[in-house]
Order: sequence, then C-alpha cells, then structure tokens
Amino acid sequence: MDFKLDKVHQLQQQLFRTFAETEIKPLAKDMDETEKYDLNLLKKLQKYGFLGIPYAKEYGGCGSDTLAYTLCMEEVSKIDASTGITISVHTSLACSCLNNFGTEEQKQKFLRPLVDGSKIGCFGLTEPGAGSDVQGAQTVAVEDGDDYVITGSKIFTTNSGFADTIILFALTDRTVPAAKGLTAFIVDRNMPGVEVGDNIQRMGIRAASNCIVSYDNVRVPKSRILGQLNKGFKIAMGALDCGRIGIAAQSVGIAQGALNEAIKYAKERKQFGKKIVAFQNTQFNIADLQTKIDAARLMTWRAAIAEDNHERFSPLAAMAKLFASDVANQVTRYAVQMMGGYGYCREYPVERMMRDAKITEIYEGTSEVMKIVIAGSMKLK
Amino acid sequence: MKIVVCIKQVPDTAEVKLDPKTNTLIRDGVPSIINHDDKAGLETALRIREEKGGTVTVVCMGPPQADVALREALAMGADEAYLLSAREFGGSDTYATATIIAAALKKIGFDLVITGRQAIDGDTAQVGPQIAEQLGVPQVTYAESVKVDGDSVIVKRQFEDRAHVLRVKLPCLITALTELAEPRYMNVGGIVDAYAKQVKIIDFESLRNSLNPDWIGIKGSPTNVVQSFTKQAKAAGTVMKDLTADQAVAAIMDKLIARHLI
Repeated sequence: MDFKLDKVHQLQQQLFRTFAETEIKPLAKDMDETEKYDLNLLKKLQKYGFLGIPYAKEYGGCGSDTLAYTLCMEEVSKIDASTGITISVHTSLACSCLNNFGTEEQKQKFLRPLVDGSKIGCFGLTEPGAGSDVQGAQTVAVEDGDDYVITGSKIFTTNSGFADTIILFALTDRTVPAAKGLTAFIVDRNMPGVEVGDNIQRMGIRAASNCIVSYDNVRVPKSRILGQLNKGFKIAMGALDCGRIGIAAQSVGIAQGALNEAIKYAKERKQFGKKIVAFQNTQFNIADLQTKIDAARLMTWRAAIAEDNHERFSPLAAMAKLFASDVANQVTRYAVQMMGGYGYCREYPVERMMRDAKITEIYEGTSEVMKIVIAGSMKLK
Repeated sequence: MKIVVCIKQVPDTAEVKLDPKTNTLIRDGVPSIINHDDKAGLETALRIREEKGGTVTVVCMGPPQADVALREALAMGADEAYLLSAREFGGSDTYATATIIAAALKKIGFDLVITGRQAIDGDTAQVGPQIAEQLGVPQVTYAESVKVDGDSVIVKRQFEDRAHVLRVKLPCLITALTELAEPRYMNVGGIVDAYAKQVKIIDFESLRNSLNPDWIGIKGSPTNVVQSFTKQAKAAGTVMKDLTADQAVAAIMDKLIARHLI
C-alpha cells in the first residue's frame, strides 16, 4: 500500500499544474463572464494530449491511465472547473463508450480522432423529461433499411456547441422499459437533421458549452450502432461510472483551488491588528477542510486505481463523487465566507468556484443517485 | 544532423531564498527546473529537427536527481538522454565541468551543440564557451535566432545596442538566450514514453581514457570561492517628490554631473 504517486504521475501532475497556471488561469474569469469557451485553449489541450489520457497509443491516445486523468482533472479544475468538465465529458463519457464497446473498425474510425486531439466528443442521454429517471426517454430510432432514423431532443449536452461526435442514446424498442430498449449510436454533429441550440444559461461552469440538441429524422447507418441493439442502457451506465471518477477529481480540484485562494488571502488580510491567518479559528477551519479534501482525493484515487486494475469500481466511484462534491461545496462556501465582501466580488475567483461547485452534486448522477448506487452495492435488501 | 543540447537542472529561483547567516542558497524544498536558457535551446533543437530532420540528444551533468530534468526533455520530444554523474565529478567549477562535458560530447558525437547562455543559479555564462574551446569548434554566444542553412548555421547574436548576424560552419556550438524560443510543454503521452526510455549514465569510468582525473572535480577546479554575499544597498538614497518630468530629469542630471559620473 503506497499513497505516493510514482515518477510518471508526478511529472504528469507537474505538467497539468504548470499548464493550468500558465494557460488557463489568465482566461478563466473572462470565459466565465462571456459564457464562452476559448477554442484556442481547447486546441492547446488537444495538442498536449489532455484529451486522450487514459487511452491506448494504438488508437492515438497517451497510453496513460485513469489515475493520470484524475490528476489532470484536479489540476485544471483548481483553476477552472469549466475546462474540467469539457475534458471530462469528452474523455469519460464519449471516448470511454467507444473504447469499451466499439468494434475495432469503429475504434479506428471514431475513437482515434477523439483521442489523438483532432475531434471533440459529447454524450447525449439526458432529455427534458428524463434525468435521473431514464425511463422517461422519448428519443426514438426507427429501423429503415440499412439505417435507423432518429427523432427526439436531448438537453444539457456538454460540449455540444463545438463537438464533432455525439454518442447518442435512443429507444429502438418502445414495447419494453427504456433500460431494455435503449441503443447507443455514433452520430456526427454535421449529419442532416442534427441541430444544436443556444448555450443554456447556467449558474456555474458557465464557460462550458451546454446546449439542447434536437434530432429531426437523422439518418444513421446501422454500422454506427455502438455495442448491441437494445443494450445501450448498460453502455450509458458504464460511461457514467467512469465519469463519476472525473467529477470526483473535479470536485477535489475546485475545493483545493478555493482553499488555496482563501489561504493566500488570509496571509495578506489584516483585521483586528493581525493577519487573519493568525487567528486560531481560521487555522482550525483550514485544517478541517484540508483534511476533508485529502480524504476526498484519496477516495478518488482509490476509484481510479480500481478502474485501472479492472476491478469493480462503480460503488467506489459513487462514494468518491458523493463525498468529494459535498466537500467542494463546503470548501467553496467557506472560502467566500472567510474572504468576506471580497470573496463575494467577481474580482476574486472564489465566488466563481462556489457557483461551479454546485453542479458536482447534480451532474453525472445526483448525490441521491450516488446513494442508490452505494446502497445497491451493499446488498441491504 | 545530430543536435546535442546541454541542460542544467537548477533550483527555481522564483521560489529560492538565501540563508541570512551563511549567504548560501536554501535548496531544501525548492523545486528543481530545467534552466530557462537551456530549455529555449532545447526548443530550438526540436524545431530544427522538425524542419530538417535528424536527432536531438540531451546531456545533463548533475546528481542522480537530475534524471527528472532529462525525462522532462524526453517528454518534450528529445530522442535520447545522457546523465553525466559520478562522485569524481562533484565540486567541479565551470572549467572542470566543461572538461567533463566536452569529453562526453566527443564520445556521444555531434554536429551542432546548443547550451544555454548561463544558469540562473550561478550566472557565469562560462560553461558553453569553455566546452567549445575544449572541443575546438567555433562558437556563437547569446543567440536570439538560429537557422540551419546547408552545412552551416546562421545565428543572430544579441548585443546591448545591436545584433550581429553570423554564418558559422558545422560542427559548432551555440549558447541560447531564453528569448530564442518559447519552449513547448511536455506531452502527457510523452511523459509515459520518457519513462519507458533509458537515460544513459556516463560516469567517470566510461570517460577514463579521455579524462585526466587531475582536471576534474574540486582538484581540477581553478576557481576558489572566497566569499559569497547578498548585494546590499549602501546608502539610504534621496527621495525627491512632486517634480514635473522635466524637473526630475534636470535634478537627476545635476546629481550625475556633480559626481562626475557624466
């Protein structure tokens, strides 16, 4: 049992940290204000391999692992959670589906450009009427010769504003519950009938692209079915398991980033004749929160290492996300409180971090869904 | 073309502090980085390789911990890496260091050698030129641009008030300024590859035939450090307030003239 990162991971962590500090930090505030992701930054992320970390070299990836991916997610999210989710949806949701369920031909054709940095992926599962409850899904795919024709609408599709490839889930059998009638399709954003709406206005992660995508009689060849017909539910759930590790890491990053900002401020700010970091109340709060962040980080690494070792990681990922997302919200709230009026001002990044933190308890499975997953794994019934 | 880049691992001076008692650098807990000038040299070498082909070899003299600097260079795209490390090399000044590196370069082979202008921890700017002298190849220092043209290199050499553009035949040595090139980041996958590769160790034994033990290490170092100290302001200075720009210029000129400085 060793809690120390090996040399490869240490150097990767150094790269992620330096890149985030140098390339992302100067843009983060502006991207939040304008609610627009900087596409030049996206190109740099692609260029240096940030979008293919845990995928094999034979498909153009970095040949690294999930642990390295969590280090990336933490370091970039320390500075900008929107960059975190952009990387996460691409890597954990879009690429993992192709990597785990694609045929060799599909991997060469669709996974390779996603992990070698030439294309961006997104994931279309959530619908206006189907969030935690997938049973409400309405998007249908009807067989027509060698194709399926897809009609419906998906909401909160992260990356959809600039993505090239969509892993889309549609009902191919409406006579059974959605869990048994859902199929995954590989759809190009530029296929006729795919329409990406405006960016949805949100409280946090405002720089990320997140739109309604509607599908109007989109004709998709059968060769683009991912996995087996009517087995899409399992693919979606598997992807979300992977995604939760990324969100846990993102939460750790948001929390550590906010605490770092608060500590920096506490060392400079004087009240009642001394620096506020000199008050024991400040120190105790910081100690408490750093302990929680460390615990969240270790839980995240445990889930990542389990995935890398091909062990069952679904409940571990759920626990990590449940805990880390709560910690992110506690820490960011404290950071704003400790910095007082300045913390509330948009001049400082902690108010953005507090707004960004909230979504970690909601997306890729709410905290309530995490508890369903964890309890389900404990054979309580 | 075989390009060899010499790099040094140095403490990140942005984070370094001086021990007020001994006036030496406190290195504990200070992160180590590749010296900025050297990294610009490495970037230039990688760009030349991308344009003209060839290979980029990195060489670093230092303790075993300097391995990570070479891994970083490999992760940026260098082809191979050598660590010059031995107990006998310890305590070398710039002259002895250049002697060791020159011996290693003869063994490794090269068409173009690029070093940084100077290291941020010593600021001597001596090792590059000394290597060139020991190798008996031409050198161009303070390079702010480098272009390979056939069997020669065209280098723009920076001066305080001008620049020289020089054409020099290969093989030669160039010392790079930080502004020569903005270094790329490592690649995430490149880091995986960097640790799959071997960093070759060149120790005293492997250079024994070309290295006189009396010329290296403390014994072979003519430099003696008599004292090291922090530069301090000697006088309190004068503050002149509420002057217009013209009055300020006149006041400064008066002072300089009064002291016969101009």
